Amino acid sequence: MSLIVEMNQKAMDLGIPLSVHFDITYRCNERCIHCYLDHDDLGEMATAEIEDVLDQLADAGVFFLALSGGEVLMRRDFFHIVEYARRRLFNVKIKTNGVMIREREACRLRQLGVEQVQISVYSHRPEVHDGITKLPGSLRRTIEAIRFLKVQGLKVSMANVLMTANLFDNQGVMSLAKELGVSYTLDPTITPKIDGNTAVLALRAPGAELHRVFRNEELVGNVAEFCAPPAAPDEDVMDGYPCSAGHTSCYISPYGDVFPCVQFPLPSGNLRREKFMDIWRHSSALEEVRSIRARDLTTCSACSHVGSCSRCPGLAYMEGNMRGPSSADCEKSFQRTGIASANMLQRSGIADRALVQIQPLTRTN
Amino acid sequence: MSERYIARSSSIAARMMGVETMVMSALDSTFFSLNEVASVIWEAADGTTPLSRIVSERVCRDFDVDADSAARDALEFVEELAKHGILLVSEQPIITPAAGAEPTA
Repeated sequence: MSLIVEMNQKAMDLGIPLSVHFDITYRCNERCIHCYLDHDDLGEMATAEIEDVLDQLADAGVFFLALSGGEVLMRRDFFHIVEYARRRLFNVKIKTNGVMIREREACRLRQLGVEQVQISVYSHRPEVHDGITKLPGSLRRTIEAIRFLKVQGLKVSMANVLMTANLFDNQGVMSLAKELGVSYTLDPTITPKIDGNTAVLALRAPGAELHRVFRNEELVGNVAEFCAPPAAPDEDVMDGYPCSAGHTSCYISPYGDVFPCVQFPLPSGNLRREKFMDIWRHSSALEEVRSIRARDLTTCSACSHVGSCSRCPGLAYMEGNMRGPSSADCEKSFQRTGIASANMLQRSGIADRALVQIQPLTRTN
Repeated sequence: MSERYIARSSSIAARMMGVETMVMSALDSTFFSLNEVASVIWEAADGTTPLSRIVSERVCRDFDVDADSAARDALEFVEELAKHGILLVSEQPIITPAAGAEPTA
């Protein structure tokens, strides 16, 4: 067992929130067509409030801290926040579009001991990337930022969201990542807007595109293994929990709202009214999330994919039931293995049809 | 043998988990899990307390271990962490900087 896996298990046993995703602002200098956020500032936490939250998180045992947004550099106190977090010895990861990172900012991030910078790149072609961000020149500035960060020796990863607007460009982005010497991840997840608006879901990549990327060895490793039919679930699988959301990780919004995950907008408490540990330990919402095991899932518990599906409880929640299926993940499982999920069969009506009985022909002499 | 002073590097992330300490180097993402005894030494690594005093006043006091083997094990431990750049070792007291600045000995 690797040390990280061991640490996760220990955090689970001790009830420690090992990782926190903290959006320090929703303001942004880009207007990405697929973004789930409202970029107005509706009263984000002040510097002192964020310091207090970081103190509480450190005392709670949080180790991995992802600072994200919005665009984190839109906050004038951004470097102060990072410095404060590093003084409290968090492992800090920054998620940014890189547009505001020049030599000076890259140097400061290195001095502060930031562990990793994740930068969103949607295409290697400016007309596509800038068309998605709605900020002319953004791809050029983002690539410059990656170079500045690499010169400083920082670990950089390129996050490529797959959607209808950039279909077929992922290979070009992957080549760009190689050329720049950074790691690459492809994410086909498009989530409803934070206000519940689902119009952006029209941007989800079609099944055929998922089928194509799931057979790309550079992305998935061993294709035969990745696309293999699911193994029959055993007791361990049925007693397992869906993901780390609410168990060893959670999300904090710029307004102090606590949720199980950035993709799981189940209100669990607010840091302007309660202490973090009170929310973490006693929130009825988090307790409910923690109580769910695979065997409790409606539809999914009877699905052949239950042990290997990437089912996101947050996306399921946004579809109306945190114990229910997440259609986007059903589609992924189907495109990966060619086997329809229980949810897909149910929705198509096939599961309700009576089986055809074949009777042996009885001879009557 | 000359005295050793030890200080935590400013390029690390660290957190106590139960009685153990997780430490990760921001330079190369090397990850360490320190056991209870090592955690005591780590916590006491303020750059100004000599290692010998940390061993005699903290390790030997809190754990059932003889002084000679504790001193030997402690030295081996700090040298191992120093190799990965997560602990600074010097024959002089170390002025520990805040995270983000280079240390001065």
